[in-house]
Amino acid sequence: SFTGLANQTFCTVLLYKNSPSLKTRESEDIQQQIIRETFHLVSKRDENVCNFLEGGLLIGGSDNKLIYRHYATLYFVFCVDSSESELGILDLIQVFVETLDKCFENVCELDLIFHVDKVHNILAEMVMGGMVLETNMNEIVTQIDAQNKLEKSETFIFQSPRQDR
Amino acid sequence: MSTFVLAAPIAGKSKEAEIKRINKELANIRSKFKGDKALDGYSKKKYVCKLLFIFLLGHDIDFGHMEAVNLLSSNKYTEKQIGYLFISVLVNSNSELIRLINNAIKNDLASRNPTFMCLALHCIANVGSREMAEAFASEIPRILVAGDTMDSVKQSAALCLLRLYKTSPDLVPMGEWTSRVVHLLNDQHMGVVTAAVSLITCLCKKNPDDFKTCVSLAVSRLSRIVSSASTDLQDYTYYFVPAPWLSVKLLRLLQCYPPPEDAAVKGRLVECLETVLNKAQEPPKSKKVQHSNAKNAILFEAISLIIHYDSEPNLLVRACNQLGQFLQHRETNLRYLALESMCTLASSEFSHEAVKTHIETVINALKVRGVGVKCSLLIQNHKTKSSLLQHLDSASNASLSVAILAEKYAVDYSWYVDTILNLIRIAGDYVSEEVWYRVIQIVINRDDVQGYAAKTVFEALQAPACHENMVKVGGYILGEFGNLIAGDPRSSPLVQFNLLHSKFHLCSVATRALLLSTYIKFINLFPETKATIQEVLRSDSQIRNADVELQQRAVEYLKLSSIASTDVLATVLEEMPPFPERESSILAKLKKKKGPGAGSELDDGKKEPGAEINGGMEPSASTASTPSPSADLLGLRAAPPASLAAPTSAGNLLVDVFSDSPAAAPGLAPGTDENFLRTECLLMPPPYQPGESKAGLGPPVPWAGEMGWFVCKNNGVLFENQLLQIGVKSEFRQNLGRMYLFYGNKTSVQFQSFTPTRLPQLNIQTKAVDPLVEGGAQVQQVLNIECLSDFTLAPLINIKFRYGGTLQNITLKLPITLNKFFQATEMQSQDFFQRWKQLSLPQQESQKIFKANHPMDPEVTKAKLLGFGSALLDKVDPNPDNFVGAGIIQTKSLQVGCLLRLEPNAQAQMYRLTLRTSKEAVSRHLCELLSEQF
Repeated sequence: SFTGLANQTFCTVLLYKNSPSLKTRESEDIQQQIIRETFHLVSKRDENVCNFLEGGLLIGGSDNKLIYRHYATLYFVFCVDSSESELGILDLIQVFVETLDKCFENVCELDLIFHVDKVHNILAEMVMGGMVLETNMNEIVTQIDAQNKLEKSETFIFQSPRQDR
Repeated sequence: MSTFVLAAPIAGKSKEAEIKRINKELANIRSKFKGDKALDGYSKKKYVCKLLFIFLLGHDIDFGHMEAVNLLSSNKYTEKQIGYLFISVLVNSNSELIRLINNAIKNDLASRNPTFMCLALHCIANVGSREMAEAFASEIPRILVAGDTMDSVKQSAALCLLRLYKTSPDLVPMGEWTSRVVHLLNDQHMGVVTAAVSLITCLCKKNPDDFKTCVSLAVSRLSRIVSSASTDLQDYTYYFVPAPWLSVKLLRLLQCYPPPEDAAVKGRLVECLETVLNKAQEPPKSKKVQHSNAKNAILFEAISLIIHYDSEPNLLVRACNQLGQFLQHRETNLRYLALESMCTLASSEFSHEAVKTHIETVINALKVRGVGVKCSLLIQNHKTKSSLLQHLDSASNASLSVAILAEKYAVDYSWYVDTILNLIRIAGDYVSEEVWYRVIQIVINRDDVQGYAAKTVFEALQAPACHENMVKVGGYILGEFGNLIAGDPRSSPLVQFNLLHSKFHLCSVATRALLLSTYIKFINLFPETKATIQEVLRSDSQIRNADVELQQRAVEYLKLSSIASTDVLATVLEEMPPFPERESSILAKLKKKKGPGAGSELDDGKKEPGAEINGGMEPSASTASTPSPSADLLGLRAAPPASLAAPTSAGNLLVDVFSDSPAAAPGLAPGTDENFLRTECLLMPPPYQPGESKAGLGPPVPWAGEMGWFVCKNNGVLFENQLLQIGVKSEFRQNLGRMYLFYGNKTSVQFQSFTPTRLPQLNIQTKAVDPLVEGGAQVQQVLNIECLSDFTLAPLINIKFRYGGTLQNITLKLPITLNKFFQATEMQSQDFFQRWKQLSLPQQESQKIFKANHPMDPEVTKAKLLGFGSALLDKVDPNPDNFVGAGIIQTKSLQVGCLLRLEPNAQAQMYRLTLRTSKEAVSRHLCELLSEQF
């Protein structure tokens, strides 16, 4: 299972892998190939067609599905196995985006590029090992806020990053 | 964050600039890591984070792992977090660092700091390797059920355990903790419940008894959620739907067990399901798509559960109706899911009838809703759909459209081959011949998939029971391209042969005939199989086969393989040339299905027999048009076996039609024409006319082009294939005509229930024909024709008969055209011009200028015009090269006077033809008919 995010030119901005299988079995080349193929598939699709794609061989066969959602310039793609509900994942993407929006205040593409680690953290609060962990947006936001506070308190002790450069 | 510092200068620059910048940065980081000065935690974190970012941009990272592992033992949250992130994303599970990582994780798990514990659990879940499972599989259950564990840790622990169980189920010990896990379903914290349900759903599949108690707990939990008001669950309410994810998970869990035995629990569950179904009918609380999405997610799971139980007829009918509604929904996602559910529903006992009532809806959902929708549904779902449609009895149509769409949206051809073979495997009975012909056509035409296709069919044929269509495809493809996989000892020539031959005896005659052709191709491809194959061909079951076709093939192939030299064999059995690229045969088939009328067996019938010689024939044309049971796909028949003195009487018969014809035809055209005509018909078959079927002239009719030859002639061979030859003699006077049809049986076997029926058009009287036509015999049928008024379409005749076991069905145009009722009229120059002027209205004249298709010989032209029926008037036109004719079309209701003028231009190789008659339609039709003759 993995989560992908791509902008309209379909170069991946972010790929977050939750599945160990991707790492143990396949080299990084194959990962790149998966990304390319996934976004090739998704990008060709019209707005009004189904948001679910049954898995090809690359993403681990018929048990896996690609579920994607298109927001303005970005595509969010989740790859999940058959134990997840399709519509549920579609909603989860919405929760993810809404959470991003809350954490970044009017999130835009650049936020996601410059704060890859943060995006990962948010996703890690929702999805773990490819499985749905938390769906309650407030809970997620609370966790993220707590992390930010921790981060600030720690950073404060050290010098500011600017000077260090 | 520090990444920003790196990202800002990178973003938005060209690729080269980016690479340059990154290489510089990598060198800098490397030197920092290698430097003598020990880095502080912050710098380490910063550089590791940069490396991570660079990796995510798509560049290779081959160092920094150790520094990341060092970060794990930091007691700063941010440092630890980046360390774990780096490891989750970048470290290979078989890395030697795993021991160090495991150590750090162990410390964090024991730290009792919930944040650190969560980080560690996340890392285990994300890496999820066997080594991790070995190290932690026994530790995590303990954390999960410990009373003092924080909710967020419990949540992570549940999913972490699930991950480990999925990768290495043997390492996760079942035990006392399992019953405690079940009780997590009662936990206060919804997040914990959701995670626990995921875990239990997976665990209970292997150990249903250990978790049996979860059913009643799940039902009560579900009941509380479903009946709660939309605000009760506060944060877990998503767009006015209470805890949709948890509901979905609970319904999934319940699908692992049979219906609860306890009546109270069952009653409560049924109530829940009814509530869910009722809510679907309520007006939505929000117009947002998220609201309906969440509601429908629950609804679909409820329906799945109802289908799974298959015991509540009321609920099943309601579920089915709900799905029926979704099938018509404008949202594609819902239609997709509804189809999928419908498919499982169709296989359940109770609902069979209920599903049937939705057949129409299903079919419509598939057809009507725009191509994009359809294809996305079908392509992703072709399996689902074909199995669904097995229940719905109209699968052949559907499989056809699946095949077309698969072709249309094929990503690459190997995918296409896969899809169609899958289709054949799953729904072989419903795959029409056009579909598998098309696969072969595609494979022959693309050399890049040939090897793949050979390999795939070889694998598909390994199945103990495979569909006959698969054997056909397999036989054909291996016969052509078996050599491409012969290098592998697992699919050596003999293995291939034995595999195919193991299917031989279970197949129909047509398939066996095809396989025999495959065998002879094998002899050419793999000389080492020659002895084995000859042995098979020589066996009594082949060479004395009761079926004449099989026997003949066996005899001929055996002979061919023993007398022909390798060169000859190689030439005769050469690889099939590519098919001409034109419209997909299946597409053509679909078009036809939409068109009116019967005769569909005959589609592309007008294909040149000459093309058969080395198999240039397109598959669609072969069996569809040739009523022979032995579809000559390998194209072997025509050439060599014939020259090897095949003992057929076909040749003689042809002559018989003319030499023995009864003297009963007085006043026939000069006999010299006959030979000429006959050879013409055989050697120069009419060109294929792709536009035919679209012209709205009804079903396409074979040999339609031949009609041209009969416009100016009255006798000839109207139709011929491997079984049957039809000869024609005819005479016409005024508005009456008589036609003799001679049906010759070219085989040595009797035709049964032989029934030629004329399709109603002109007033034609026929006499019935004896229903039995002995092998080699000929029967005659007389048609008396009366032309009632002018017409443009030739009348059709339909011939049905049984040959062997198979019903043959042929529809032909009778060579009766309007000009047959043309009576020549002699007149003087003066009269001609006077009448010419009288017919001067624009609609009375029809003119055509066209290129000469034949040498412009005045004598031939004269003969053709006379054959057409008009009188030739000398010395009327001032230009001696021009031809002028006159006559009257005789019909029962009216007579139409016709004048014509033909002006050849030898220099330009063109003609100008002008017709003037008193009736517009007649002018036009005659002009068309005549213009095609030159």
